[in-house]
Amino acid sequence: MATATHYLTPEESNAHPPLEAVVVRFAGDSGDGMQLTGGQFTLSTALAGNDLATFPDFPAEIRAPQGTTFGVSAFQINFGSSAVDTAGDSPDVLVAMNPAALKTNVADLKPGGLIIADVGEFGARNLAKAGYDANPLEDDSLAKWQLLAFNISQLTLDAVKPFGLGNKEALRCKNMWTLGLALWMFDRDRKPIEDWLRTKFAKAPELAEANIAALDAGHAYGETAEIGGQVHQHHIDPAPAAPGLYRTITGAEAISLGLVAGAQLAGLPMFFGGYPITPASAILHHLSRLKEYGVTTFQAEDEIAAIGSAIGAAYAGSLGVTSSSGPGIALKAEAMGLAIMTELPLVIINSQRGGPSTGLPTKTEQSDLYQAVYGRNGDAPMPVIAARSPADAFDCAIEACRIAVQYMTPVMLLTDGYIANAAEPWKVPRMDGYAPFPVAFHDEPPAEGESVNPYKRDEKLARVWIRPGTPGLMHRIGGIEKNVGTGHIDYSPDNHQTMTDIRAAKVMGVADGVPEQEIELGEAGGRLAVVGWGSTFGPIHQAVRRARGRGADVSHIHIRHIWPMPRNLGDMLRSYDRVIVPEMNKGQLKTVLRDQYLVDARPVTKVSGQPFKIAEIEAAIEEALG
Amino acid sequence: MNEMTKLTAKDFATDQEVRWCPGCGDYAVLKAVQRTMPEIGARPESTVFVSGIGCSSRFPYYMETYGFHTIHGRAPTFATGIKLANPGLDVWIITGDGDALSIGGNHTMHLLRRNLDCQVLLFNNEIYGLTKGQYSPTSRVGTRSPSTPFGSVDRPASPCAFALGSGARFVARGIDVHKNLPEVLKAAHRHKGASFVEIYQNCIVYNDDVFAPFTAKENAGNQLWLGADQPMLFANGAKGLALDAEALTLKVVEVEGGDWEAAGVIVHNPRNRSIAHMLVEMPFGIFPTALGVIYEDPAPTFESAVVEQNRTASLGKNADLQALVSKGQTWMVNSEPHSI
Ligand code: SF4
Repeated sequence: MATATHYLTPEESNAHPPLEAVVVRFAGDSGDGMQLTGGQFTLSTALAGNDLATFPDFPAEIRAPQGTTFGVSAFQINFGSSAVDTAGDSPDVLVAMNPAALKTNVADLKPGGLIIADVGEFGARNLAKAGYDANPLEDDSLAKWQLLAFNISQLTLDAVKPFGLGNKEALRCKNMWTLGLALWMFDRDRKPIEDWLRTKFAKAPELAEANIAALDAGHAYGETAEIGGQVHQHHIDPAPAAPGLYRTITGAEAISLGLVAGAQLAGLPMFFGGYPITPASAILHHLSRLKEYGVTTFQAEDEIAAIGSAIGAAYAGSLGVTSSSGPGIALKAEAMGLAIMTELPLVIINSQRGGPSTGLPTKTEQSDLYQAVYGRNGDAPMPVIAARSPADAFDCAIEACRIAVQYMTPVMLLTDGYIANAAEPWKVPRMDGYAPFPVAFHDEPPAEGESVNPYKRDEKLARVWIRPGTPGLMHRIGGIEKNVGTGHIDYSPDNHQTMTDIRAAKVMGVADGVPEQEIELGEAGGRLAVVGWGSTFGPIHQAVRRARGRGADVSHIHIRHIWPMPRNLGDMLRSYDRVIVPEMNKGQLKTVLRDQYLVDARPVTKVSGQPFKIAEIEAAIEEALG
Repeated sequence: MNEMTKLTAKDFATDQEVRWCPGCGDYAVLKAVQRTMPEIGARPESTVFVSGIGCSSRFPYYMETYGFHTIHGRAPTFATGIKLANPGLDVWIITGDGDALSIGGNHTMHLLRRNLDCQVLLFNNEIYGLTKGQYSPTSRVGTRSPSTPFGSVDRPASPCAFALGSGARFVARGIDVHKNLPEVLKAAHRHKGASFVEIYQNCIVYNDDVFAPFTAKENAGNQLWLGADQPMLFANGAKGLALDAEALTLKVVEVEGGDWEAAGVIVHNPRNRSIAHMLVEMPFGIFPTALGVIYEDPAPTFESAVVEQNRTASLGKNADLQALVSKGQTWMVNSEPHSI
């Protein structure tokens, strides 16, 4: 995990996987409420003080046909009493609510792992829909795992009978029954979930009570002997973490909070223009509830209007923010060029998803790095930063705001579907620990006889920010090239050369204001550096930790500032014999590293829509070390 | 400049050389706007001209106010952000037929239905001037242009019909060189909400005289200037519009000796949306061209609703950042981290 201070112990680095960690995957039909179950299990796990990481994996269709393999929704959580960096390679426990869920997930289960299956859903129809010729619960095709099959559907119906729900509604409580069993298995408190159910169903108390009854029944089922000794109760000790107040947070929440914080640190109202798109919409939803923080949200008619309005608001003196995912970012490209040309501060968040085109809307990928760094017409430089985890997204959002207002430039913050949806514990920061970066609008009219120059610059090359409404400073800006000294239209060759050079130098200068690149694990110089960015942090970190535990000479470098890169990065990379770059694309950061530093960076790529497994990166490390 | 300074048209002109083709109708509109500004009490510092791309979109560079020359078709989006961020600004959108109805049709529609308080001046010259004369979405069928050497085959859009269909609460028309243009602009400015003004603008280079059948001096009889509570008369009062109640359409009637009532000529009620639809859709030739304020029926503006909701949703809450980040289900860790 990224936030709590953690000191590596020798035992931990030898552990493979960390001894006190368990991976549980809940899988069911998209109508079965698996994301909810997973979310609540996550909460109870966090409250128990375990470190954790999650991976929600759901279909793109809102209501995929019931019982089909493509309608399966899964939620994986890895939790333990030592640092947890990833959602886990393979589950120890798989909860399969129907045949399709079993079919699509069982291959990932660890040998000897436990399957919990709802017999009630393994009828002929569902088996056929999942493509099973025979009932896998009855032949010995699942022999290499432990199988625990019982009729969760029926047990749930029995448990909620007193509440007089219809059959369909009663069966909806299945997920709570399952959660109850899971809570028993890992010795978790039911109280917070009961509270949550009572709040959620405040308007329908009988539903709250039915769900609680199902939860209790699942828990009781584990406690009584009915399970036949196959399942044991586990107690996982709390993970060591720096003292302080903690909460769970998803990337989308962290970005929203970070933007609010960034606007406050800049002393500006925030304007957010957005258009619904998976997986970025959650940011719009969060911010639209925070009006008392000076946030105005605007759901625009399209992606272009979303960024156009944000640029308009920035021109008028707000912190302009827009957010989308790859396809929407593509639509915004022309407007980004205008923000670069007019040098207005703007934060653009790209929650990357599988591409190209519509691609895999609900799956994760890191394939928009080229788009972020290079994807505009003309020489259009723009700072790009990338968040590595849900908690890190908070600081990254603040950093994006800072760069935007201090350099008068649009900034792109890259995150991805995994970070946006996944939850992790977050040590609540002390907000007075963040240095403010107040904006000073330019409001001094020019001296007699002089004209207003909106391109007057400071030592960072940032131009003055003049709000309409300021007397005596009327001026015109726009997409046409402007004269370096007057701000009037100027097409002349020398002027365009000068302005292009200034825009480039200004953005490269951002590197002067960011910390030098640090090494996450290992030391400068050595045989191998594993260089990553974004949400691959977890698997890379664990893989390097384990390899080092085995004595390998390998270091982990993780880049937040994608453009411009930290000043010392070139020298740092050149100090290693080899450099490998694991990323969820066909090798995009690799290209930038080669271009910037002429280093022989080698790609390790994966574009399956799933995060890297630790083992995959370990294999790449071993191969690189020969 | 203080509040008391009396401004003139010259105070609204920049020192920039105006770069339209000699004889272009844009010059006349620029003059009319600059002349209107002092009369409506505009302050240069609180006025913003926002434009898209096209010949007319150079307009902001010539206005000594704040100005933003944006990208093709998107001026309404920038204007929306500006107005939401600072509702006190007086925002004018300058656009053309291609800018507002082709590439930017979507934004024009949404700006109008939301009713953002601003003025939209659509310079309609029925041609793409800046890109050298291709036919536009308002060009008539058969328009020969570099991209339609055998004549265009698609039917044109009617800007005012589009505006009404989008839910605009103020729709007016003017002519670039006509003396009434400032009055139309003043009415547009007076209206709270999105004011849509179509200005017939002559492109002397690529589409000269396309509006001459009603704009030329000798054809002034084909102009129907509307006035609230005034009879719909044209051709020097010799003709008027009456309602064919059977067919639910307008019809042209002759007025004898000034007795328009006897001829059944109707009186203009700007709030009558049905008549407004008829006025903007009457086919020219049989009918005159309706000009002036065709429709006006104010409704609450978008930005005022947003501001109000922001205010009420914030009532009784304070913006404590520490409280915000500490929200949700939290837990305390008291132990020290273990160390090697
Ligand atoms: S091309 Fe036409 S519209 Fe454009 S400036 Fe010349 S005359 Fe005016």
